[in-house]
Amino acid sequence: MGQYFSLSAASLLLASGYAGARSVLEPAGAEAQQIAILFWVMLSGGAVIWLGVVGLLLHSALFNRRRLAEKSASSIILWGGVVFPSVTLCALLAYALWLMPGLRPFAQASSAALRIEITGRQFWWEVVYHPSQGPPVASANEIRLPVGERVELTLKSADVIHSFWIPPLGGKMDMIPGRTNRLSLMATKPGIFRGPCTEYCGTSHALMAFSAVAMEPEAFRSWLAAQAIPAEGAGASGGALFLRHGCGSCHFVAGTDARGLIGPDLSHVGSRATVAAGILPNTEDAVARFIARPDLIKPGSRMPAFDMLAPDDIRAIAAWLRGLQ
Amino acid sequence: MRLIPREIETLWTLFTAPVVWVAHFLVCYIGAAIYCAKPELVGLSFSAVRAGIAAATVIALSLIALSAWLAWRQWGFGTDDPPHDDPTRRDRTLFQGFATLLLSGLSFIAVIFTAMPALFLTECIR
Ligand code: HEC
Ligand SMILES: [Cu+2]
Repeated sequence: MGQYFSLSAASLLLASGYAGARSVLEPAGAEAQQIAILFWVMLSGGAVIWLGVVGLLLHSALFNRRRLAEKSASSIILWGGVVFPSVTLCALLAYALWLMPGLRPFAQASSAALRIEITGRQFWWEVVYHPSQGPPVASANEIRLPVGERVELTLKSADVIHSFWIPPLGGKMDMIPGRTNRLSLMATKPGIFRGPCTEYCGTSHALMAFSAVAMEPEAFRSWLAAQAIPAEGAGASGGALFLRHGCGSCHFVAGTDARGLIGPDLSHVGSRATVAAGILPNTEDAVARFIARPDLIKPGSRMPAFDMLAPDDIRAIAAWLRGLQ
Repeated sequence: MRLIPREIETLWTLFTAPVVWVAHFLVCYIGAAIYCAKPELVGLSFSAVRAGIAAATVIALSLIALSAWLAWRQWGFGTDDPPHDDPTRRDRTLFQGFATLLLSGLSFIAVIFTAMPALFLTECIR
């Protein structure tokens, strides 16, 4: 029930042209909340100091042009130019450092009930859920997380440096080949957020994004359970075309013979809000366009063009993919 | 106490405080990096790393304070006001004392800023 509610809420948001919140200043997560407060503290502190300095400048230029005695001038420099900045910077630094332990992940990876492993690839995201119980669940280009639970993210890269960021949920973390970086996030409000790749990674870097969906824990768990088994539509007729045209050598679709691991896992691609890593709406039309000419939509993409296929075949495959809920 | 004669004319004293700052920075950062990369090699807990940083900080701050005191003395304890820009030996000495004093102040604050993360971070990763 809850699952359907949030799914229809998701489609409502998309239908209204809302591509997902993406501002750090509208936090929907515990980490982002702290970062937003830090921003406002720094901004208002900076504004007060700026007003003070400019006020003093105007005061001495317009209203009080009297020369100060050397003694009082030096004491203004000492207190206003040395002591005040040192103490203020010290306090701001202490505040920012004090926030840090709360923004960093658990010391032991096992402390999180859910770990999500995300691997950046040119130009998409491989996603594997590792719940504390049950087998891992593979997905791509979309991350779902339960509201109110701290989730640990394991961030990797398969090719070049990418950077992972969901602005309304938390801070940014690089994905570096050969390294495993960790990040923790706790969503506090349900919603759909957009995560862009934030480190230039090649021609289609600006076309590499994902959606993050924060769901009520109940809904999240039934969603995850549904993801762990093949989609109902997997046996439908479009699947034969998918296999015949070789898509299965790069794509995995649970419940079929498609076992490729080069491209995104498509087992439940129909249930995602977007396709092609956050670039296209998930409609039959857009999927068909992508299959025919991925290179037009994402220059440099590792998926070959299939415009030599009959348009009807492409349509049928797209319809089948949309049905993989 | 005349450990170092007041008349000493060398630029080296000018650098004492920044050099202490550099050394403290390297000890803190390299120490923490080695510990966090190979905790089993060092075999101590992270609180030992924090205690080490605290000790290094106390030592660094004392050395900088000493350098500041010597500079203050060289500056004649502030009896003359800057700028000391007459082409005389006396002004040269006072100028150097004053510059050393300012550098000591900067290094003192920098050492505190360098050490401050150890006040809040309780593990390598957080
Ligand atoms: C050579 C390997 C390869 C083959 C063959 C291939 N793909 Fe892809 N496919 C990819 C890669 C890589 C991506 C990711 C592209 C990107 O977003 O940069 C992708 C992306 C997709 C997407 C978007 C997935 C998402 O999560 O948004 C769809 C849909 C898709 N492919 C369908 C197909 C179909 C249908 C076929 C067969 C006609 C096919 N692919 C054949 C490699 C391949
Ligand atoms: Cu990128």
